[in-house]
Amino acid sequence: MDKTVNQKAWFLVLPVLILVAFSAVIPLMTVVNYSIQDAFAGEFYPLDDKLMWFRELLEDDRMWNALRRQAIFSATILAIEIPLGVFVALHMPKRGVWASVCLVLMSLPLLIPWNVVGTIWQIFGRVDIGLLGYTLDAVGVDYNYTQDALDAWVTLIVMDVWHWTSLVALLAYAGLQSIPDAYYQAAKIDQASRWAVFRYIELPKMMGVLMIAILLRFMDSFMIYTEPFVVTGGGPGNATTFLSIDLVKMALGQFDLGPAAAFSIMYFLVILLISWVFYTVMVNLDKREGN
Amino acid sequence: MADMTASRSLPRINWVMLLYLLFLMLPIYWLINMSLKTNDEILGTFSLWPQNLTFQNYVTILTDSSWYMGYVNSIIYVTMNTLLSVAVALPAAYAFSRYNFLGDKHLFFWLLTNRMAPPAVFALPFFQLYSSVGLFDTHIAVALAHTLFNVPLAVWILEGFMRGVPKEIDETAYIDGYSFPRFFVKIFMPLIASGVGVAAFFCFMFSWVELLLSRTLTSVDAKPIAATMTRTVSASGLDWGVLAAAGVLTIVPGALVIYFVRNYIAKGFALGRV
Repeated sequence: MDKTVNQKAWFLVLPVLILVAFSAVIPLMTVVNYSIQDAFAGEFYPLDDKLMWFRELLEDDRMWNALRRQAIFSATILAIEIPLGVFVALHMPKRGVWASVCLVLMSLPLLIPWNVVGTIWQIFGRVDIGLLGYTLDAVGVDYNYTQDALDAWVTLIVMDVWHWTSLVALLAYAGLQSIPDAYYQAAKIDQASRWAVFRYIELPKMMGVLMIAILLRFMDSFMIYTEPFVVTGGGPGNATTFLSIDLVKMALGQFDLGPAAAFSIMYFLVILLISWVFYTVMVNLDKREGN
Repeated sequence: MADMTASRSLPRINWVMLLYLLFLMLPIYWLINMSLKTNDEILGTFSLWPQNLTFQNYVTILTDSSWYMGYVNSIIYVTMNTLLSVAVALPAAYAFSRYNFLGDKHLFFWLLTNRMAPPAVFALPFFQLYSSVGLFDTHIAVALAHTLFNVPLAVWILEGFMRGVPKEIDETAYIDGYSFPRFFVKIFMPLIASGVGVAAFFCFMFSWVELLLSRTLTSVDAKPIAATMTRTVSASGLDWGVLAAAGVLTIVPGALVIYFVRNYIAKGFALGRV
């Protein structure tokens, strides 16, 4: 759509600007402020070496390890949830009562508070009282997510797939719904294979919403805190200590405000950088469709 | 022809969807199952359904004010947040969808970056900010803190829906002598009613499920149900039945809201961009 230039539009944006400035800019400035000071017994002392905390963190393995675990986690769940979500969406009923039933049931995990999601899986995976743990134990699988790092990882990934695949599926479904029947009829006349229909009709039409799905899933999985905290508490050892868990440990547990603030800033910048790439791709896709 | 394809692929629909829905429902079923058992039965025997059906766990929650006030608190701040977020997002989304202005693209992305900010980064500064202005442990503090990620999302969703409304409608209304506020409320709002509903749904959703900030910003008076649950787990040890019942009750409001917006869910999740 052609937009007109109108500087007065700023007035319409003003309420949002004030609100977000209050709840984002002030806290962010606080973080920046901490990152260049030394907190000791409630007093703050300016650092001689302004970037000391940043340098220390970059030289320390702790943040790198958390970042590596985080990257593996996010990459894994994206690799599972995106194709699975598309697959499920392709098999959803298009209309009728069943479509509504599927939509409601699929949205259910999305509206469960995150710590309850953690609680559900914590219980579900327990070998003594949980259905999953009990069944695995009964068929002879040595499964214990509190002791074994691999089991903990598998539990968290299955949990995340359970929690969020529906989001991808619903997005893909919305994309599929927008394809006119005529496209399928044309494909039929051309005797296109099922794969060709998917590759040349359905996938291009879904690209826009899939980018939103990837962006949302990336952002949220990169910030994941509550669910793994409830299920594994970051353990066994540090095996599932992702970035947010490590950060909260540092800031609220050990009260190392300076390093925690430096950690926060670098954490935020990493998310920002990757999200910016996704966002730019998304906007360009939008534009191309518009033309 | 569309009917033919639908009927031919019907058996496959059932299998994939059945398995997927089974996968989704099993953990939830297990939670409900546990909430209807006594603690002895949970720990003592393993059964796929309750042997001695009991509603005692639910009674415990609904008669103890430290439990049920958690739900009331959550609903209060979620409602405040939803109203606030949608109200400020509406004019902003209109501006983004209709006009070019200095720095609009940067502003839009900057708004989105707040959706990307990890709550863990903001927990401590928020705690200090709201303590210093005397808002700690109030509903409005949590509602304001949640606008951090809900306002950008609401703007994003509403902008998507508003782009779908032809600009000619605005121009015709102005020619007919409508003032901007009157046009916005009388003509424009009804056109994007589903968008407003979807935006409100998402604000509700993300405010309802968030724990880290709401727990950090409250202690007694505004303590959300999610935080009440975590405290009880650590304090009384293993009251699994009550924990499961509390969990089931947190799912209910979400399920109700979904039912009301079921026809817009798919479009809503696509942020109005389909």
